[in-house]
Amino acid sequence: MNPAPAPEVLSAPLVVEFPFTRSLGPVQSAFLTGLRERAVLGVRSAGGRVLVPPVEYDPVTAEEIRALVEVGTTGTVTTWAWNPAPRRGQPLANPFAWVLVRLDGADTALLHALDAAGPDAVRTGMRVRIRWAEERVGAITDIACFEPYESEPYESEPAPQAAPHSGEFADPVQGIVAPARLDYVYSPGRAPSRFIAALADQRTVGERCPTCRKVYVPPRGACPTCGVATAEQVEVGPRGTVTTFCIVNIKAKNLDIEVPYVYAHIALDGADLALHGRIGGIPYDQVRMGLRVEPVWTEGGRYPDHYRPTGEPDADYDTYKELL
Amino acid sequence: MSKEPIAVVGVGQTKHTAARRDVSIAGLVREAAVRALEDAQLTWADIDAVVIGKAPDFFEGVMMPELYLADALGAVGKPMLRVHTAGSVGGSTALVAANLVAARVHRTVLTLAFEKQSESNAMWGLSLPIPFQQPLLAGAGGFFAPHVRAYMRRTGAPPTIGSLVAYKDRRNALRNPYAHLHEQDLTLEKVQSSPMLWDPIRYSETCPSSDGACAMVLTDRAGAARAPAPPAWVHGGAMRSEPTLFAGKDFVSPLAGKDCAADVYRQAGITDPRREIDAVEMYVPFSWYEPMWLENLGFAAEGEGWKLTESGVTEIDGDLPVNPSGGVLSTNPIGASGMIRFAEAALQVRGQAGEHQVEGARKALGHAYGGGSQFFSMWLVAAEPPVG
Amino acid sequence: MNPRHVAIVAFAQTRHRRRSAELSEVEMLMPVLHEVLGAVGLRTGEIDFTCSGSSDYLAGRAFSFTMALDGVGAWPPISESHVEMDGAWALYEAWVKLLAGEAETALVYSYGKSSPGELRDVLTRQLDPYYLAPLWPDPVSLAALQAQALIDEGATDERALAGVAARSRGAAEHNPHAQLAGSAAPDALLEDPYLVRPLRRHDCPPIGDGAAAVVLAAGDTARRLCPRPAWIRGMDHRIEAHALGVRDLTRSPSTRLAAHNAGLFDDAAAPVDTAELHAPFTSQEVILRRELELGEGVRVNPSGGALAANPMMAAGLIRLGEAAARIHRGDSDRAVAHATSGPCLQHNLVAVLEGERAVKTEREEGA
Repeated sequence: MNPAPAPEVLSAPLVVEFPFTRSLGPVQSAFLTGLRERAVLGVRSAGGRVLVPPVEYDPVTAEEIRALVEVGTTGTVTTWAWNPAPRRGQPLANPFAWVLVRLDGADTALLHALDAAGPDAVRTGMRVRIRWAEERVGAITDIACFEPYESEPYESEPAPQAAPHSGEFADPVQGIVAPARLDYVYSPGRAPSRFIAALADQRTVGERCPTCRKVYVPPRGACPTCGVATAEQVEVGPRGTVTTFCIVNIKAKNLDIEVPYVYAHIALDGADLALHGRIGGIPYDQVRMGLRVEPVWTEGGRYPDHYRPTGEPDADYDTYKELL
Repeated sequence: MSKEPIAVVGVGQTKHTAARRDVSIAGLVREAAVRALEDAQLTWADIDAVVIGKAPDFFEGVMMPELYLADALGAVGKPMLRVHTAGSVGGSTALVAANLVAARVHRTVLTLAFEKQSESNAMWGLSLPIPFQQPLLAGAGGFFAPHVRAYMRRTGAPPTIGSLVAYKDRRNALRNPYAHLHEQDLTLEKVQSSPMLWDPIRYSETCPSSDGACAMVLTDRAGAARAPAPPAWVHGGAMRSEPTLFAGKDFVSPLAGKDCAADVYRQAGITDPRREIDAVEMYVPFSWYEPMWLENLGFAAEGEGWKLTESGVTEIDGDLPVNPSGGVLSTNPIGASGMIRFAEAALQVRGQAGEHQVEGARKALGHAYGGGSQFFSMWLVAAEPPVG
Repeated sequence: MNPRHVAIVAFAQTRHRRRSAELSEVEMLMPVLHEVLGAVGLRTGEIDFTCSGSSDYLAGRAFSFTMALDGVGAWPPISESHVEMDGAWALYEAWVKLLAGEAETALVYSYGKSSPGELRDVLTRQLDPYYLAPLWPDPVSLAALQAQALIDEGATDERALAGVAARSRGAAEHNPHAQLAGSAAPDALLEDPYLVRPLRRHDCPPIGDGAAAVVLAAGDTARRLCPRPAWIRGMDHRIEAHALGVRDLTRSPSTRLAAHNAGLFDDAAAPVDTAELHAPFTSQEVILRRELELGEGVRVNPSGGALAANPMMAAGLIRLGEAAARIHRGDSDRAVAHATSGPCLQHNLVAVLEGERAVKTEREEGA
């Protein structure tokens, strides 16, 4: 019995990044197009409330709202939070205040950044106005931020009214591209780390379940049928049997493999389930279930580059049908 | 005390398509929800709770999107649950909603599932470059194709069976106004000569990628009595899961699928599914899964499923129509696909399936599965209320 | 009302840590599953229903929950479901399953590893994707907006918030699972710089990795499995509008409504003696106390609460588990547990748990 060695924990960066393409629908389209044109639109609910930013559906009654109105570009801070260390993607790179701003004519508040000298220059109830981005494309970031706006106290001014608006603009924005990048540090855990470490010596090491005695390759830390940790190390292969396969005729974006090629399930000798690999060293249309294969390693590869025929007679169907 | 009977009184779908560029995510789900409410002649105020499902959040790039969708689905001030059980999620979501009624926690529940795949790219979401892992050597079809080959080896099915399923489902889709693919001039020859992507799976035997949503209104006996149209009654529902990969896993006919079907039949008092069930909406993302599931679900003996397909039994006018809606092969907003199966089964027994109505359908099975053929959810609905 | 009684009969959790890079999710989760099942002497195959909660966005991988299933031992196949929510909602789904009579026992678990990602960035992805997410407003900043509104209203001040932090982390010294335990005095805490004003580091939850699990059982099965089951007398959850600007951030009407529906305010019932509140930020405890009408006699977060350990997706379930464990031990007769989800307490779940004596009384009354 080979007890598991103390794991050397592997980790590596994992970047999850995609430019999401978001269609907007009529209300959000009008709002974001309006921002591009330096106008702020809201919606008026059946109950008469003016919601800015405009929502498609009334948060109270769930009714669809389509009555667009235009509100002011100045407003009042309803609450704030001083952010001394802005993070990636936030509206301003220098320290700023997050604010909820009720624009003049609106009954609800919009979240954005306020560019102010410091926390002592910010207070609830202060007057602010929109600072527009120089380049505007029809996105919430067309508002670069808010800035303090020296004016008479809100209470002394006549109450501003939201004015009906058609929502019609030339060349309306129909969608936005929302790039999103998240950075992770991925660690596969103890059992996969042991497996990967052994691969560096071109050895495939599975783990045996203490209960059902099955050998798992690659090991994932638990016997999935018994729900207990696997720990006993068992070297399997290097030879194995093709249990089933398909012939891939379309090129995958992220792979530099000429088509057609064979993608196979391979039960390594001594393993109780099949792993996946590519079959080479034989014309693709001669690969068959039961073919005996062995790994071919290339310089610097973490996994075998592919598997090739050993020349042994094919395995009998009955010897691997349980591994299908 | 026995469970409260559950009735499906409202069904709504969007017209499924590759990209719904005219609506937001909220607009998409709303459309299906409103249609379900209209079908039931109910308003938002009649809904006690919302249960929503979808597949991975990475598909739209919104983490736990139910938070943002609460307003659009009239859930403010109500309970809202978000289910995620991989590809079976649409079915599981409906079952979670049904349980709320069965347990008399709520009387009327809106359940909905969606996917707006045009916001990103499903293959991106499914193949994030996880460090240290061997890259996936084939696309989605490459995952399933070896299992199809295993089925063919095991049963001796002729290689043309898959094309028969694809041709049937795509023709059925022509009768379904909500289906994504409407291939008016498709012929069997065209299916059989379409490119072989992941041999033995051809292009025409694979599902599309869709934007779409599906919603249902479930209610209790009193709610059903007020319904404007005949309801579908839930006679059985079950979920079963097994691990992704394990020694002894049968990818061709997973035990979790067999057990799930057996549980549903037991609840519904079905002893001979082939004879007693009038229509089946099963989750067939690649054509060959029809004969495979026919065996797994007990409609055919092991090794015999392909014979039902070959002899036309599963055609819309056959003895056991399978996927009269056109199925996943014609429409696939991933997270919604399972619920569409459940909803289409309900439409059949309500007699409201329009041009793809199976004549005289009284009992229908809705089926969904996901993950590595490991998560199953099914329900059996009928025109008559359950006894007792 | 449903006549079936369902109880939490066992609870287990990890010792929560800032990072657990050496463990995969399943390796972190498995000992907790073994512990909770061991406590009731059941095997996976003897559990009627299993339900879990987790998030792909924490892991950075789609379908991450499918791997965790390896730790359950789902063979022969099990009746199982998963919510992309905190485990408190998985418990809710399982509770409904038991109420419906479709199961006598249920295993509920949830887990979250926040350490692989930048949690403050990750959580921005759960905001409105059109108006909010493009600004990357992180959860600390949003909670700070809420805290300032509360201070403006006069409901609290920074000194009082420091008091919440000191009390919670002081209580956590008796909780071996806590990630953070012990605190300086409130006045000393106030000398620290702001993280996002008006919140300082002590006002915020620790970021960490952890898992939790409970076993639910109905009626006599619960009595057989546990000397003093924690009966769920009522449970409800409610969601609010998503946008912060349409909500009164100083209130939590969803918490109040859920508590009402869970029976917290029933005149006939005894008052609760314990509250486990999922308040990741000190200011949120102030809001929740007010909505739940918790008086001075109620012990709030004897475990230290989310300020002592806040493993995402598990911290809400842990509140239910901690409250139940106090009932199991005889330290509480009637407790309220709360879980939250979304920005600034958008979605809230409330459960009222009771020790056996109170339930007997209720049964006699019903007879």
